[in-house]
Amino acid sequence: MTRSALSPPAFSGTGWLTLLYKELLRFWKVSFQTIAAPVLTALLYLLIFSHVLESRVSVFGGQVRYTTFLVPGLVMMSVLQNAFANASSSLIQSKITGNLIFVLLPPLSPLDIFAAYVLGAMVRGIAVGCGVFAVTLLLAPGPIAIAHPFVALAFAVLGSGILATLGLIAGIWADKFDELAAFQNFLIMPLTFLSGVFYSIHTLPPFWQALSHFNPFFYMIDGFRYGFFGLSDIAPGLSLALVAGAAVALAAVALAMLARGYKLRH
Amino acid sequence: MTTNAVEVVDVARRFGAVHALLGVDLTVAQGEFFGLLGPNGAGKTTLISILAGLARADRGRVRILGHDVVEEYRDTRRLLGVVPQELVFDPFFTVRETLRIQSGYFGLRHNDAWIDELLHHLDLTNKADANMRALSGGMKRRVLVGQALVHKPPVIVLDEPTAGVDVELRQSLWAFIRKLNRDGHTIILTTHYLEEAEALCTRIAMMKAGRIVALDTTQHLLSRFSGLTVRVSAARLPEEWTSRLQDREGQVYYLGLESYGELERLLASFRLAGIAIDELTLAGTDLEQVFLRIMAGSGTTDEPRRIAEVPES
Repeated sequence: MTRSALSPPAFSGTGWLTLLYKELLRFWKVSFQTIAAPVLTALLYLLIFSHVLESRVSVFGGQVRYTTFLVPGLVMMSVLQNAFANASSSLIQSKITGNLIFVLLPPLSPLDIFAAYVLGAMVRGIAVGCGVFAVTLLLAPGPIAIAHPFVALAFAVLGSGILATLGLIAGIWADKFDELAAFQNFLIMPLTFLSGVFYSIHTLPPFWQALSHFNPFFYMIDGFRYGFFGLSDIAPGLSLALVAGAAVALAAVALAMLARGYKLRH
Repeated sequence: MTTNAVEVVDVARRFGAVHALLGVDLTVAQGEFFGLLGPNGAGKTTLISILAGLARADRGRVRILGHDVVEEYRDTRRLLGVVPQELVFDPFFTVRETLRIQSGYFGLRHNDAWIDELLHHLDLTNKADANMRALSGGMKRRVLVGQALVHKPPVIVLDEPTAGVDVELRQSLWAFIRKLNRDGHTIILTTHYLEEAEALCTRIAMMKAGRIVALDTTQHLLSRFSGLTVRVSAARLPEEWTSRLQDREGQVYYLGLESYGELERLLASFRLAGIAIDELTLAGTDLEQVFLRIMAGSGTTDEPRRIAEVPES
């Protein structure tokens, strides 16, 4: 009888865990490009900016040396950029080569797909962040104490979650690689570079200072930095609330797109 | 009463101005080897996509073994195995990884025994640890067949599975699919190779411009258009036979005969007209001729009315 040929699933959670495993295996197999390369990029930023600016820039009223100030910013920037890159490029590659069909045919729910892509990208972002932190420690002028590690971790998790979700949304939305590149170059890059990775916004003219408050990435970087130094431009509780709110809102958008099959199921 | 393997009721789908499906009704019983034929753009792949949940119908319902493909998609996707038409693969993984990952998506964690069996049947055992990129087109196609079967689906849909597969492998692939059919799996096949459909399928639906224009057992389809075709090579054709001309290639004429009895009259005409016959062969009806006649003979007159019936959406 045909029905007997149908084996019941061994474990109902296996579907999305397999997709997560596939996402991790995908970037791990090309880890030179997905982990080592962004670590090197961050290292170059640190070397050049600290060399040029160490003696000229004062942050938090001189309480923190510039190179030390730079470390958490670069770590967080790497976390954010790589979380975005992983989700978006994995999805668009599968879409363009057509192998996304392997994910669309099985009984995976919108939540299964969301959770796997986002968690996979978060792991990549945080792995790169750890790599950047490890190498920058070697170059920092003195030991870097982490004042509130759990606060730093909370911001890293939420920030990578937000960027992974944005990457998923961009990957679903984009039909071509250059559309995705536009999303990355005209939205993600400017927002990260203007978020206070390389400076404290208190050094900015009032207009740019005010504008920075509309940049969601600013709160992620600022909150993450508070985790390191116990000093921030914005109250960390407020940043955390805003970042958590953004994470939930974006997750809702991504889930709605997946549930509708937007650009995935025709 | 047994549940049908597939039930398609009044399914319509339109992409912009293109009416891909115009109200298709179709039932496939469990255990059938069913053929879905039609020219490119007839709507076969759209219909399969709706079955598989890759596309949505504007109206109508589709059930797989009694389960609705929209409301009970988790059930129907477990019941269905689809070999897609396009030769797609994930270049990051080996053959075994590909099959293990696909098993996992269906909730199967310890599937290696079945994966080994699939690799054996698909003649891929010695390629198990090769990267997907290193495989030939025919091998990639067989991995796609393997991926569609990892969860032992009772209903298997093959969308042009033998395109690009060489003759020898095509035979072994069909032997395997036939074995699955004998074991109780329902097979739905679309193919451009009509002789394959004729040899394998017990029942056939022919689609054209979004509709099913013929649906019958292969035997009935063949007998409905029974008759003989005579291939005559001669300088010219006697006047009274021009109405029987089906096709012509230079001085080779293809004539339709109703029975063997007419052959005598044909030969007499040539003799009376003083035309020498260089060569003459007789052929029975094959599915290709049936297909061509159905495609030529149906479907254009009532189309505007049918398009108007499709609701705006």
